[in-house]
Amino acid sequence: MNSSQLIGITTFTYLFSTILYAVVFIFKTKRLGPVATIFTIIAFLIQTAGIGLRWLESYQMGMGRAPLTNMYESVVFFAWTIIFIYLIIEWKFKTRIIGAFAVPFALLAMAYASFASGITKEIVPLIPALQSNWLITHVVTCFIGYAAFAVAAGLGIMYLIKNTSETRQAASNDTTLLGSLPPLKVLDDITHKTMVFGFLWLSIGIITGAIWANSAWGTYWSWDPKETWSLITWFIYAITLHARYTRGWGGTRIAWLAIFGFISVIFTYYGVNFLLSGLHSYGSSN
Amino acid sequence: MKNRNPIWDFFASVKLALFTLFFLSTTSIIGTIIPQKESVQWYSERYGEATANLFRVLSFTPDMYNSVWFLCLLGLLCLNLIVCSLDRFPGVWRQIKADNLDTPLNRLEKMEPQCRWQLDNPPESTTSALKIFLKTSGWKAEERKLDNSFLLFAQKGAMTRTGVYIVHTSILVIFAGAIIGSILGFKGSIMLPETKSTDKAYTFDTHSPINLGFEIRCDRFNVELYDNGMPKSYRSQLTILENGKVVKEKAIVVNDPLSYKGITFYQSSYEPSQDFLITITNKNTGLSETAIIPYQQQRSLEKNGLRLGVVSAEAQGQSVSKIKIWLNDDKGAPSLFWLNNGEQVTVERTKNSYTVSAKQMYATGLQVAKDPGVWTVYTGCALMIFGLVIAFFMSHQRIWLYIREETDGKNSILMAGNANKNKAGFEKTFQALSQIIKKV
Ligand code: HEM
Repeated sequence: MNSSQLIGITTFTYLFSTILYAVVFIFKTKRLGPVATIFTIIAFLIQTAGIGLRWLESYQMGMGRAPLTNMYESVVFFAWTIIFIYLIIEWKFKTRIIGAFAVPFALLAMAYASFASGITKEIVPLIPALQSNWLITHVVTCFIGYAAFAVAAGLGIMYLIKNTSETRQAASNDTTLLGSLPPLKVLDDITHKTMVFGFLWLSIGIITGAIWANSAWGTYWSWDPKETWSLITWFIYAITLHARYTRGWGGTRIAWLAIFGFISVIFTYYGVNFLLSGLHSYGSSN
Repeated sequence: MKNRNPIWDFFASVKLALFTLFFLSTTSIIGTIIPQKESVQWYSERYGEATANLFRVLSFTPDMYNSVWFLCLLGLLCLNLIVCSLDRFPGVWRQIKADNLDTPLNRLEKMEPQCRWQLDNPPESTTSALKIFLKTSGWKAEERKLDNSFLLFAQKGAMTRTGVYIVHTSILVIFAGAIIGSILGFKGSIMLPETKSTDKAYTFDTHSPINLGFEIRCDRFNVELYDNGMPKSYRSQLTILENGKVVKEKAIVVNDPLSYKGITFYQSSYEPSQDFLITITNKNTGLSETAIIPYQQQRSLEKNGLRLGVVSAEAQGQSVSKIKIWLNDDKGAPSLFWLNNGEQVTVERTKNSYTVSAKQMYATGLQVAKDPGVWTVYTGCALMIFGLVIAFFMSHQRIWLYIREETDGKNSILMAGNANKNKAGFEKTFQALSQIIKKV
């Protein structure tokens, strides 16, 4: 069994998790809830083992490096972080329904990592510029931020769905499908908290990236497209925080901003590599 | 209320902040789509003369992020931050320093959360017991005796109200660092052949020379490859000289630069050259000589009285892996032999035996930066994280305990509190605390 196989298995287990959470949500089979959670935890552990094994394999191949340095590895880590953050939210806020909206993001990421063409799964050694501890700190912190924003976008979608249906039916929501979703106020609150958490980590991610650039090239900020897009994303969330905190925005507007912000995250992470040119190695290394 | 100045209000408003942030994010996109810092011809060829001209007039090219209008936007953000903070901070400071024992009773009665209960003990002893309890559980507590009652006030995290201002200040500190760097620093590069030294670097933008104030020499440059041919490391052995004297030596690799007198040298690129560095030692006499020999040219090594040349070489890309050397000391037929790049072989001649080593020569590409603002920027970054953690996760929590002797001889207590953030969390803390206090 090698790491790619383990990580490949994770794709299917997350598919199954998604289905379980969807069943819990759609058919309100509350008894299946703990099953979904336990299954997701197992999938998460398998993935953790896969990532750990990949790390070990790189040592066996004589280049010992953290598995965080190309598109494949970063997407896998992204999925891992989404599940990690989701599980914390499930535990903290005691609600499972969010799983039906958060786990699919991890599934999509894993499916992309496993099946997209042009993604290499090989463990390749690090070129000199990537040999830095700041790189690892940078990738880990950025991805914690990105994953939080993914979960926030999932929550935003939930909010909008529930909100439109409530305004249409205006009453007796316990009988409807969406009645099982947490109340709008709670969704709004969790969305905001998740975004705040993501904002802190994105800030740290941008800073560690700057420190790394400075140690490698002597310039902490060079307005390269990836840097600029991460700043744009950061601005979007800064706008969201201020609009909420000082102008009292909430509800649908914040939900839309959560989704909009995540689109910017995706573009920073993915679009920049393929549509624009720049220093960052993800994508160019395949 | 003081008379408000509309201009001041404009620059203090959060609306302006939202506008500026929005405008900054949208305009930033332009420079990620139109490649920056290319030549005039490049833009004309890519976009056509008319469009290229338009871009230039709008300062989208060649360097939008340093254009006047973009810097003005950043300046507007700073001005907004400064005015906004000056406008609000005094109020926040008053809240931090407020005498909360002055809080009118009718405000306490309306405050949420709150709870009331009856007391058995007299107010005086209850108050002092509660005060000790609160102090030992980490609250700052103070009390005041009113007519026939006591007011006890306790708080936590008053200073956390400054968190937001720390974040905002940190942005100004980062900008200050960037300005210091752009005024007092420079960014340049050097292409330095092995064994050569220089005391000049050339700036990126104008290619004008900068005097370093000392000399830097590249003693050796090495490329190490992985088995699959990917580069593993680029290493330059550098020496700093002042007035001809060696003052510092270091081997640099990417991510591990050399700094001297505020100027830092980063490994950034290299160029293979057509020259070879050959060292030859006569094993009998111990005489050693090093020479730079261009490809396929013959050179005399006077001390050892012999002639040498590189007649052929095998290369992987631009990097030579094997070298074929011709050597003649006029005692017997000339020797012809292969050796691996960078390695040493022994050559037996009729009279003498020599060790010969040879390597392809390179020029190392160094980036040279002087940026006295970096530490200011880093300080700003640290402040930002510090401030964000405070602003997001800490709050100012206050509780009041009003203990009164009733006319019927019974004593009653009113406990009320508030927090500036995370009200739900505070309510839990408040309930738990009130349960304990009831027992004190
Ligand atoms: C990119 C720049 C900025 C960042 C990163 C930033 C960050 C923050 C943060 C983290 C908060 C706390 C929000 C919360 O607790 O949920 C905040 C609040 C605030 N910000 Fe900013 N800010 C920025 C720019 C500005 C500007 C330009 C203004 C100018 C008006 C401003 C005005 C405020 C105000 C008034 C508050 C509320 C403070 C309070 O009443 O407690 N911010 N900011």
